[in-house]
Amino acid sequence: MLCAALLGGSAARGADNITLQGTGATFPAPFYQRWFAEYHKLHPEVQINYQALGSGAGVKQFTDKLVDFGASDAAMTDDEIKLVKDGAVMLPMTAGSVVLGYNLPGFTGDIRLSREAYVGIFLGKITAWNDPKITAANPGVTLPATKITAVERSDGSGTTFVFTNHLSAISDEWKNGPGVGKSINWPVGVSGKGNAGVTALLKQTPGAIGYVEYGYAKETKVPMAVLENKSGKYVKVDLASEQAALAGVEMPADLRAWVPDPSGADAYPIVTYTWLLCYKTYAKAEVATTLRALIRYGLADAQKFGADLGYIPLPANVVAAVTKALDQITP
Amino acid sequence: MVPVPSTSVETTPVLLDTDPEAERASIAQPPSIFDVAADRAFRGLAVAAAWGAVLIVVWVVAEVQHVALPAIRAYGPGFMTGTVWDANRQVFGILPQIFGTLYTSIIGLVVGTIFGVAIAIFLSEGFLATSVDRILRIFGYAEHPWFAALPTRIEALLKITLELLAAIPSVVYGLWGIFVVIPLVRPWADWLNTHLGWIPLFGTSLSGPGILPASLVLAIMVLPTISAISRDALVAVPPKLREAAMGLGATRWEAILGVILPAAATGIFGSIILGFGRALGETIALAMLAGNANVISWSLFSPCTTLAALLANHFPEAGTVEVGALMYAALVLLSITLLVNIGGAVILQRAEAGLKGLR
Repeated sequence: MLCAALLGGSAARGADNITLQGTGATFPAPFYQRWFAEYHKLHPEVQINYQALGSGAGVKQFTDKLVDFGASDAAMTDDEIKLVKDGAVMLPMTAGSVVLGYNLPGFTGDIRLSREAYVGIFLGKITAWNDPKITAANPGVTLPATKITAVERSDGSGTTFVFTNHLSAISDEWKNGPGVGKSINWPVGVSGKGNAGVTALLKQTPGAIGYVEYGYAKETKVPMAVLENKSGKYVKVDLASEQAALAGVEMPADLRAWVPDPSGADAYPIVTYTWLLCYKTYAKAEVATTLRALIRYGLADAQKFGADLGYIPLPANVVAAVTKALDQITP
Repeated sequence: MVPVPSTSVETTPVLLDTDPEAERASIAQPPSIFDVAADRAFRGLAVAAAWGAVLIVVWVVAEVQHVALPAIRAYGPGFMTGTVWDANRQVFGILPQIFGTLYTSIIGLVVGTIFGVAIAIFLSEGFLATSVDRILRIFGYAEHPWFAALPTRIEALLKITLELLAAIPSVVYGLWGIFVVIPLVRPWADWLNTHLGWIPLFGTSLSGPGILPASLVLAIMVLPTISAISRDALVAVPPKLREAAMGLGATRWEAILGVILPAAATGIFGSIILGFGRALGETIALAMLAGNANVISWSLFSPCTTLAALLANHFPEAGTVEVGALMYAALVLLSITLLVNIGGAVILQRAEAGLKGLR
């Protein structure tokens, strides 16, 4: 409605202005905001409002047709897609990783965590930093007996979904216990609201460990753990290891590729694509064409902004697949 | 009104003869149609506003209940004794939230009341004047008019500062709690836990957010409410009571504790009830400081969660079933607040009746 009013307003001024309204995930929000701002610089007549209310809100408002596009870290399920009358196209626009940030006063260097160790920490089975399961992976390093405080997200979040999806993939105990979801009944720990809340708790709590989106952790300079991947190698999070994680992924026709546990030898283990949700048909032709131009720009030039912000630029095969899928968006 | 010329006495009766009609008309004329209309409109507006407020409460309750109804049917009273909130399995229980809400509010209220009433006594019983006077006497400035007004000015300044506490946004309190209160209480909490850990109150170690920091911040948040209203109540105690107590030989503290405080008890109690209401409904500061962990523990250092924090955390991403459960939780919170207020009103009325002779 707001969008229609704005469109009406601009039409009255006689200009060709157009406003797109979007809502959704907070995880890719910094990238989206940068991308939309850069696009607006190139095309001043196009104004894009993106509200980072969370993946759940993105899917909900997209389904209720309150927005021109939605965004979600968890691709919509088949049941959810059925509810969208105008048809839904899901386009992976960028990818990112979730890291385990920690706070261990007096400890410098990288801490290495085996898969058993970090699942155990969040299950509440490993409670001290000098637990044999942690020290075994860190030879030559003396770890303090500090108590571990697991820090989680208290609000529903795509980041939680990605993290728990990974934990479920690597541990049956997790799968049959807490499970996968945007909000989880956590066995242990304390939780904070948003990436910012988790980071604040991490910084204020000696012995804390918590999951945060990589871009956020990088920006706030939280130390990040080196994690064991599927092939048993300990991998630090960086662009190379993230790209290695995505390299092994086959993109299916509907573009819903899950990467709960990437298999590459140098792959960072917790990565995810994040999707833009678009309708197949738009009532207004100019909305469809503008959106397509915007996404085309997002797939090409905007990818480098993503890399600056800690996101993973899409592999070439994915860019090709998404570009092809753009044809499904019609006026 | 017609000015009466006072120069000539003889003309006055003439004027009085000619003017009484006009004079009377100007002072006492029947209300004009406009007056009546304005009166009625204002009266109507006042009535509408009063009923509107009631209506909004009813509307909110009805709406919340409407959305909560499926959850109430599905989960019944067991909802209030369940201890798990798991949206994935659609198992919902809010006992830890009820416990956390009441526990943090009560501790916050106790601390807030002790300090709030103490501040109110300090600001209303002239303690500041006495001490300022004593210092001024040393320098020989006690009679100076500017310095004589000093205690009143400082008192006013303190009062305003205190009331400013109420204007600080909740999220600022939350941040302040994370970055100031938690590091401040951590060494004390660690010491108490290692040395007195056998006492259930100190049974767990403080991991950061938890009941103690949350309650302390709540105490500061309710402080302005309690101290401002208590001060007004203490100031309103008739001076004759104080004078009578002094006249009978009571010391200053005997007069304060034995006569003035009991006389102001209803007002002070009212302030505590208002503070309790504020503490129960406080959301963001607690969502940031309580730790949002689904546990029930008497330990002051354990994390906890509250009903308001649960709503704030889960509402944005909740599906239909969870929204119902959240509304059920909101209804429970509403009932608790309502019960506290009704209970407070009843006790207040009793206390008022007991003190009637004093007024």
